[in-house]
Amino acid sequence: MNGVHDMGGIQNMGPLEIERDEPVFHHAWEGRVYALTRVLRLGPKWNIHMSRYTMEQVPPARYLGSSYYERWLLGLETRLVGSGVLSPEELADGRARPGGTKVPRMTAQEARDSLAPWRAAPPEGDVPPKFKVGDHVVARNMHPRSHTRLPRYVRGHRGVIERDLGVQGLPDSWVAKQEVDPQHVYSVRFAARELWGPEASAKDAVYVDMWDAYLELA
Amino acid sequence: MSEHQHNHEHEGSELSDVALRVRTLESLLVEKGLVDSAALDEVVEIYETKVGPHFGARIVARAWADAEFRKRLFADANSAAEEFEAVTATGAVPTRLVALENTPTMHNLVVCTLCSCYPSQILGLPPTWYKSAPYRSRAVIDPRGLLKEFGLELSEDVEVRVWDSNSDMRYLVVPERPAGTEGWSEERLAGIVTRDSMVGTAKVARP
Repeated sequence: MNGVHDMGGIQNMGPLEIERDEPVFHHAWEGRVYALTRVLRLGPKWNIHMSRYTMEQVPPARYLGSSYYERWLLGLETRLVGSGVLSPEELADGRARPGGTKVPRMTAQEARDSLAPWRAAPPEGDVPPKFKVGDHVVARNMHPRSHTRLPRYVRGHRGVIERDLGVQGLPDSWVAKQEVDPQHVYSVRFAARELWGPEASAKDAVYVDMWDAYLELA
Repeated sequence: MSEHQHNHEHEGSELSDVALRVRTLESLLVEKGLVDSAALDEVVEIYETKVGPHFGARIVARAWADAEFRKRLFADANSAAEEFEAVTATGAVPTRLVALENTPTMHNLVVCTLCSCYPSQILGLPPTWYKSAPYRSRAVIDPRGLLKEFGLELSEDVEVRVWDSNSDMRYLVVPERPAGTEGWSEERLAGIVTRDSMVGTAKVARP
């Protein structure tokens, strides 16, 4: 979906504000929203891809006018209703009604136990790569109406496969069809001048993670 | 409003609209038996006190001190990072990691233009600027201008590489080791590695 969340290259978003020594959460409610998002397991459909998509669907003015954790709250509310855990009426007035999808309640001990040593995520499937390191490729010019992780600023531009990052499910397919759709993901180098024209530095480059479905040979 | 009472902190005597909305939501979920407030307390405490950039700093310090580890880190950061007992974030999806090497002629900068993906397991939760629209929008089109606002001016002969973390791969910048740290222990080295230097918006200052 071409939305305001896809903001790479926009130039009038205002000055950068850098807060020194900022707290992890600026308000207690931010921590509660973060923690609610972490402990609620709404079912297999409602994974990270759906989570991002619910936030992308926040209307542009509200998206830009909301703080980060306000957007998380909006997304969480959408998922709670979408998954049937809460009814719109419950969300509106805060009064519990009987019924609704039951999800497991995580205990404090389970939250503690989930502190685990670093483990890399396993590949999400075993499929052959369509491209190899060094291939010259072009990012597809496509504009799916649903979720995608193909930023607009690379579409139609040429790049070179720098590294094969292994297999990940295509987020587009999960959100559209709840299919894992395993594909290779590559780090693709786009020269800054290819993306931004002759004013850009001849030396600089942007590296974007690209699934097989986002690419064709140049 | 639910009758359910909680004893977690008030933000002053009056709650903002959004704070009230969140409190109502939590009460509702607790009343329906879907959320244990103690688990929320635990998650908040973990993120406020346990998870943070000190894990990334240990990885960088070892990469500075141990040439073999450095090689393994750049070849396959996931297996190299497993040598550390770095904690993962509670409930987080396990993360794939790539380490990026800053040198006198190459500078790496990490952004997520589509949302705010960040290697939280080893750097803690991202700072507000990382999640902000100005950073997300400008990092890819004007990295040098953006870096100047962080106080980092790069000469024209330095190559700037911007990494848009739009998949579930996460990127860790390994900054240059400053002169004047020869012979330092890993622990002492880790103490000078800053969060910003591991995102690429700063260098590690000479001590």
